[in-house]
Amino acid sequence: MKKKEVLVLEELLGSNKKIASEIREKLEKKGILTINLLGSPGAGKTSLLESIAEKLKPDYKMAVIEGDIETERDAERIRAKGISAWQIITGGACHLEAKMVGKIFPKIPTDLDFLFIENVGNLVCPASYDLGENIRCVLLSIPEGDDKPKKYPKAFTTSDCLVITKSDLLPALPFNLEHAQKEALQINPKLEIITTSAFKDSGINELIEYFLSALHKLRQKNA
Amino acid sequence: MHELSIVASLFEILEEKAKENKAKKIISVKLKVGALSGVVPEFLETAFNIYKKDTIAAESKLEIEEVPLKVRCQRCGAEMVKDDYVFICEKCDSRELETLSGTELLLEKAEMEV
Repeated sequence: MKKKEVLVLEELLGSNKKIASEIREKLEKKGILTINLLGSPGAGKTSLLESIAEKLKPDYKMAVIEGDIETERDAERIRAKGISAWQIITGGACHLEAKMVGKIFPKIPTDLDFLFIENVGNLVCPASYDLGENIRCVLLSIPEGDDKPKKYPKAFTTSDCLVITKSDLLPALPFNLEHAQKEALQINPKLEIITTSAFKDSGINELIEYFLSALHKLRQKNA
Repeated sequence: MHELSIVASLFEILEEKAKENKAKKIISVKLKVGALSGVVPEFLETAFNIYKKDTIAAESKLEIEEVPLKVRCQRCGAEMVKDDYVFICEKCDSRELETLSGTELLLEKAEMEV
């Protein structure tokens, strides 16, 4: 019996990263800005997308990929706004992977401005998977509590933007906005923080401005 | 709990490496798991032991090296381990920190019977 030690030094998620990079490159070439939305179940991801859709629809073309363990419900909510949406049903898996987005890829119209990917509701696992996005947004809703950034560091350190949702509930709940913002910036000093309420239409315009500025930069790079 | 899906990716690499090296079986597997890798080493081990049955690594042992989050300050050059994930320099308060290690999820090496 002969033993051999093989040095591998390969990233376990290397194949996901490779597929994600290919997706990003193809979408960027078409001038499409891709945004991956992460957040707990009930953080308000779909409601935020509904609000964004209402405002973007007159001037921009967007589409949505929905990730859920079961049901088409979220995609149906988006379609009701007149927006193309594809549902990925993971059948139990707690996150989306780049290869799942890759399967939808041929259906994505080439004249889009924005592609939103709503990840499976979960603040842990989706953080490990690059889906080919340009911007990763993590949502934190007021009812979840202001202590989440340090409890779920990976979701916050890998994100570009923190969207605090349901700000209309601030008067009713002991959520310290300043504390949440400070903690989030401690673990990720580059994080853009935008406080929103889809229900009261607050902060949504600011978030859209942030996306538009990123879209503009992406297209300048292409030109 | 995405450890099982990560272990599935690990076995894809292991099987490819075993083939390349014409290995009869895999004896041991060594992983490096960073504090900010997003996976729990204990769950990874459990998933590995479930997954390995009926594979070329069925009798293999898994070793996991846990790597702390280590950063370097780009302003003053101080290096430090961050157990609290606070990206602020303890010496000069700068927020410009470069991550040196602690985000990896790596198959470092495998011992094979050839």
